[in-house]
Amino acid sequence: MVNLLMNRAIKIILLSCFLVIAQYSNAQNKINGKKIYETRCLVCHQSDGGGVPNMNPPLDGATNVNGKDIARLVKIIRNGYDERIALDGMYYNNAMAANPDLKEDAIADVLTYIRTSWSNKAGVVTTSQVKAALLKNKAAKK
Amino acid sequence: MKKQIQLLSIAFLAFSLPVLAQDNAGLKLPEGFKANLYANNIGGARHIAITKSGVIFAKLNNPNKEGNSIVRLEDANNDGVADKINGWAKYGGTGIFVKGNSLYASSNEAIFKYELNSKDEVVNPLAPVTIVSGLIDRRQHNSKSITFDMANNIYVNIGAYSNACQEKDRMPGSQGMMPCPILDSAGGIWKFDGSKENQTYKDGKRYGTGLRNVIGLDWNTNSNQLYVAQHGRDQLNSFYPNLYSDAQNAEIPAETFYEIKEGDNAGWPYVYYDPSQHKKIVSPEYGGDSKKEGSSEFKEPAVAFPAHMAPMAVLFYTGNQFPAKYKNGAFISFHGSWNRAPLPQEGFFVAFVPFKDGKAIGEWEIFANGFAGTENGAKIANPSKAKARPCGLAQGPDGSIFVSDDTKGAIFKISYSK
Ligand code: HEC
Repeated sequence: MVNLLMNRAIKIILLSCFLVIAQYSNAQNKINGKKIYETRCLVCHQSDGGGVPNMNPPLDGATNVNGKDIARLVKIIRNGYDERIALDGMYYNNAMAANPDLKEDAIADVLTYIRTSWSNKAGVVTTSQVKAALLKNKAAKK
Repeated sequence: MKKQIQLLSIAFLAFSLPVLAQDNAGLKLPEGFKANLYANNIGGARHIAITKSGVIFAKLNNPNKEGNSIVRLEDANNDGVADKINGWAKYGGTGIFVKGNSLYASSNEAIFKYELNSKDEVVNPLAPVTIVSGLIDRRQHNSKSITFDMANNIYVNIGAYSNACQEKDRMPGSQGMMPCPILDSAGGIWKFDGSKENQTYKDGKRYGTGLRNVIGLDWNTNSNQLYVAQHGRDQLNSFYPNLYSDAQNAEIPAETFYEIKEGDNAGWPYVYYDPSQHKKIVSPEYGGDSKKEGSSEFKEPAVAFPAHMAPMAVLFYTGNQFPAKYKNGAFISFHGSWNRAPLPQEGFFVAFVPFKDGKAIGEWEIFANGFAGTENGAKIANPSKAKARPCGLAQGPDGSIFVSDDTKGAIFKISYSK
């Protein structure tokens, strides 16, 4: 009986430790993501994620940014973007440069930042999701 | 009794001034000027042109709700507000110009000509004549503004599809191409014959070069010369953080206003204009270190405006309604910046540059402000929050001027009375 209780208590303690760590690392991701956003993205997409009318699209409230296609977002960050397609019904004139030097974890962090900032409430993006997306994009190229 | 009247009139003034100030469609203007909303929500209005009878044509960036990208506006009952509004055309673009009985409009790659009847109605809305086509449109800086000289030549800007002519556009560390190949077909002003059909590059002439992106241009009929306003390059701080701080990037390079003679070269992408050093400085993509001075073969600006404010239209004032100091001077509309981030944005106003004997003189000043619509003129951090962004400028037959906005599509009318 005592054993059983002990067992449960340990499980609960372990679980909450895990949750705290997970929370902590999410917050870390977002802080690092914010730094990357400020140095590389803010100039075009602006501090409020509202973009610049007709030039750079808003990320705040954008369907794709909040969507499920993580591979597409990863590709945009890594390779840049200049496709001349409508984003939420609007066209934008500027061209987004590639970020070939951003590592997988940094891409995950900046995507986490844009998907959880302003009014955006989409989920975090993990490094393993980014790795999988890069593999998928590579396979698609071949 | 006299005193009472004086007191009364002071009380009246004190009461009415704030009300008047609030009026003026939210704009702040010099004394004696007033403004009203001539039209609103017509769709993002880029340039505007006015006929001798006062009919306004606005070129829209994209087709509006009704599916039209050129809008005709008329104030038939003459109360300062458009009461007859209709439109046509499906192509987005910026340029529009009235010359005699012809209306010229541009898409992002071509210039079309329409015919006006005696009521300034377009006779051939669905079948315009193509004057020029095949102009480069690679999205970035693709708008084609147009103006005419006093003969029948059209001047059109062809913006460079690049920030600084790097091998890879806007890629940190990518070098500038030498010579910049973009300049063969863009990054300058081209001249075409306004009466000839179906022209393309080979029929025109590169009139001025080394201009990254010009949206505002006008012919100064007083000095018989072309004037253009250039959008300077972006992102010095993000590409060269060890040479330029965020605060320096917010002030460098100047937005420059040039008098362009045939063959002039303003120096893009090799140099930019630093307003604090009053010098043309070699671009860092071409070996510059933020101090090294550029070649003297490049044109000096007539006026250097604060960085990144985005000049959208130039209008030489030839009317008689405004006070004498405005005669033959230049109004320039500023869209408002985005590239000053993380510092607050600037612009969102119409400036005035006084001219004497065909030359810009003295200090430029803010003429009309408050388009952004912030409380008490507060600074704006993000351009998407601006209520209106000044774009097109045109002068009405009575000497009033009109300012268009390309967010929702307001047109402001500004007039003066003593
Ligand atoms: C030079 C300006 C510029 C910079 C810097 C920039 N972007 Fe972009 N971004 C754009 C433009 C322009 C587009 C749209 C391109 C198009 O329509 O073809 C875009 C598109 C996007 C999209 C797709 C939006 C959608 O609705 O599908 C995402 C996501 C994005 N950017 C994120 C970022 C992130 C994260 C960074 C920083 C690592 C960044 N951008 C840096 C200009 C920029």
